[in-house]
Amino acid sequence: MSERSVLDELEAESVHILRDAVAQAKRPVLLYSVGKDSSVLLHLARKAFHPAPVPFPVLHIDTTWNPHEMITFRDALVARYGLDLIAWINHEGLDAGYSPITHPSDVYTDVMLTQALRAALDHHRFDLALGGARRDEERSRAKERVFSVRGPGHVWDPRRQRPELWRLNNARLAEGETVRVFPLSNWTELDVWRYIEREGIPLVPLYLAEERRVIERDGTLIMVDDDRLVLREGEVVEHRRVRFRTLGCYPLSGCVESTATTVDAIVREIEASSLSERQGRLIDGEGNASMEAKKREGYF
Amino acid sequence: MAAPLLRVLTCGSVDDGKSTLIGRLLLETDSVPTDQLAAARADTKRFGARDAGEIDPALLVDGLEAEREQAITIDVAWRYFSTDARRFVVIDTPGHVQYTRNMATGASHAEVALVLVDASKGLLEQTYRHARIVTSLGIGSIVLVVNKMDRIGWDRGVFERIATEFSALAEGLGVDDVTSIPAAALHGDNVTSRSERSAWYGGPTLLEQLERVVPRRLGTDGQDPATGSLRLIVQSVQRAEGVRWLLGTVSRGTVAPGDAVEVLPARQRGTVARLERLGVEVERAGPEDPVAVVLAEDLDVGRGQVVTHPDGPSEVSRQFVARLVWFGEEPMVPARPYVLQLGTAVRTATVTRLRHRTDVVTGAELAERTLAMNELGVVELDVDRELAIDPYLEHRDTGAFVLIDRASAEVVAAGMVLHGLRRSTNVRWEEHAVGPTERGRLLGQRPTVVWFTGLSGSGKSTVADLVERALHASGRATMLLDADNVRHGLTRDLGFTEADRAENVRRLAEAARLLADAGLIVLVCAISPRNEEREGARAIIGADRFVEVHVATRLEVCEERDPKGLYARARRGDIPNFTGIDAPYEDPDDPDLRLDTGASSAEEAAAEVIALLEGLRSAPGA
Ligand SMILES: Nc1nc2c(ncn2[C@@H]2O[C@H](COP(=O)(O)OP(=O)(O)O)[C@@H](O)[C@H]2O)c(=O)[nH]1
Repeated sequence: MSERSVLDELEAESVHILRDAVAQAKRPVLLYSVGKDSSVLLHLARKAFHPAPVPFPVLHIDTTWNPHEMITFRDALVARYGLDLIAWINHEGLDAGYSPITHPSDVYTDVMLTQALRAALDHHRFDLALGGARRDEERSRAKERVFSVRGPGHVWDPRRQRPELWRLNNARLAEGETVRVFPLSNWTELDVWRYIEREGIPLVPLYLAEERRVIERDGTLIMVDDDRLVLREGEVVEHRRVRFRTLGCYPLSGCVESTATTVDAIVREIEASSLSERQGRLIDGEGNASMEAKKREGYF
Repeated sequence: MAAPLLRVLTCGSVDDGKSTLIGRLLLETDSVPTDQLAAARADTKRFGARDAGEIDPALLVDGLEAEREQAITIDVAWRYFSTDARRFVVIDTPGHVQYTRNMATGASHAEVALVLVDASKGLLEQTYRHARIVTSLGIGSIVLVVNKMDRIGWDRGVFERIATEFSALAEGLGVDDVTSIPAAALHGDNVTSRSERSAWYGGPTLLEQLERVVPRRLGTDGQDPATGSLRLIVQSVQRAEGVRWLLGTVSRGTVAPGDAVEVLPARQRGTVARLERLGVEVERAGPEDPVAVVLAEDLDVGRGQVVTHPDGPSEVSRQFVARLVWFGEEPMVPARPYVLQLGTAVRTATVTRLRHRTDVVTGAELAERTLAMNELGVVELDVDRELAIDPYLEHRDTGAFVLIDRASAEVVAAGMVLHGLRRSTNVRWEEHAVGPTERGRLLGQRPTVVWFTGLSGSGKSTVADLVERALHASGRATMLLDADNVRHGLTRDLGFTEADRAENVRRLAEAARLLADAGLIVLVCAISPRNEEREGARAIIGADRFVEVHVATRLEVCEERDPKGLYARARRGDIPNFTGIDAPYEDPDDPDLRLDTGASSAEEAAAEVIALLEGLRSAPGA
């Protein structure tokens, strides 16, 4: 046994949590956003249950506004690993015309992400959902549990949050409760990237710098992924070398200018930079407490 | 050698400067993203400390809205920073009133405790409390930060007096690894860089100390976990490649293919045939390695068991002594069944005795009847089936447990095994050739316990009496246990407090079990108002021969009947804790039968019970 690194420790802790979660759940599911954190989570799950296949389906809440590359990547990965993918689209929301172009971002994400997620979980009667959220993502997450209990209606109620002692993962649920489990709670953004690099985890190419068609809107660079994005007065499409730090609906996810075309270069770029990754995520814009409100409503 | 990752618990009283200190560490190790810094800079103008300068470090830590709004009862905040030498996880447990359970929760994850003291105040009652809690959880390395040295003009004598006092306190608790550091968190003195104001101080800065400390655990004498005897807690079992794989994390010792192992508590011996670590076949795995193991033998192993080495197995016991930190808002109820989780094993546990409560400040052992929230004590516990345990200080993962409320799934206590009680080894469970089934067969019946629950005056005794008469007439051997009558003998020492009611139900259940073991059909009449206690009775008696009958006559009807005049007296306040008036009755969720003697006659109700029993009798095994 060689000397254990920080990544070894984090990896072992996450695998322990994954195994405990799945062992105690009736119907577990992995929330797969196609982003880097859920890619790491999926990789850990494959290791945790090897040589058996991943023992749960993966759920992607598809708003239809993810960049096309994400969907291409998702489908290729699903085929390669033989995953059981549930792609859930809120068709009523779509039919009612909700989009990030026409509606304020909080209204749109509530309908197409939050409500869609709840509906998907209810429909499939999942009692435990694994997510890739981390505590370092922002200040308000510092007290988030690894096993985060949701009351009826998926509501996050501070009173239901249980003390977590030692490695005793308690996924026992009272009537009507479900639980979200975050095995990557103690990872930082840099850990995630270093681990992706070490393990060679496949990622959506959007994370790497490439010349892409972008516009500048409200101080943020937005990629023009298709012609649904209607340009406003004075906006011009430019070609710039950009990459994404977080992925989501393309009109709501800013990208940053970068020359990092390899994971190794990204690691070095983040080591040197000091902006938090949420900087590019437009839905968090309103302030630090908004994430908390979202959590209460049942968002990831 | 210093491990690459260190988990640090921070303890301080309100306003000692804990948030300021943590913020300072984050700030000076460049761990705060620029956008968050900007937010803190703006916050500093509005809320910051007066001489804080541009950024009040405390505001990096206290998410403003979050702190104010969140009513989370158990608060532990996790923060991360790193230096070239080490990665740190700061486990911050805000003081508040509920310090003990917060701190115990945080301490269960920590390797080092950072204790803060305000230099102008010296050691407080809180400091004693913090020291006792962290050492109870086995933390053997403490860093004492004497903060706000600027307030006392960097007086060396004061610092040394505080440091000496604290060392004595720590030594009394078994800790000799204490480092004391004079500091001013607000200005950064001796936090990450040496202060000019304390030229007399030759020790490390806080960060230097955190970078180099090799944490000690109490009780282990610095033993390397890899050299201990194997403990591998099984998390789950899965089939793949035609064999059964045990999944779990090695928590002590090492394991290799060819090793002989003993699986506890079932005491099954086997040999390791295959070993994988995270998907890769390996020659050997050690502490903290997540592994998948195939045994050569086809043993019946599952979640909750522990793989050990035959030369150094855990103790297998049904009774043990443990230290508890009570978390529940409701006090501990001896004799009430709780769910116990130790490692991945789950049992039904009852506290059979409170040996003493421990005064958290003085350490005095006090005689008490129960433990309330945030209290510490030493108890004896009984579990329903054998359990593999180790003393907590010898091995954390097989010595640490929680007690969980059955209904709400809430954690009500954190526990640490002190030692097993040998009782269960001495009083072996005798397996005789003639058992309950044989005795029942001789009587031509299937032993059954019918448990009548319901309010006083609901008609339990009337219906049970009619049922017994009918059974007796048809040649069945029966026994009726009426809680009221039993209170003249077996339970006469008990009153009507929550704790006594729980014990009352437990004794009735034990008595009913013995009678059912004798082959009888037993009818029990007891208000037994709590779900948990009836579930406990079911566990004691055995679910397969336990029939729950809820006599669900409405309260108004019972009160109108009031055959013994008890409701009238309770309404006058003469009888405290009277069920239905000032003590709760929890309706069974899913009784085998629900009767309402307000709507139907007692005879009709009795007939329903008989019909139910007839149905059971014709079931397989009757
Ligand atoms: N003079 C002085 N004040 C300090 C020092 N550290 C913290 N404080 C002040 O003490 C008060 C309480 O600090 P805070 O970090 O919020 O305490 P907490 O309740 O322990 O987190 C604030 O007004 C701080 O600015 C110090 O080293 N010197």
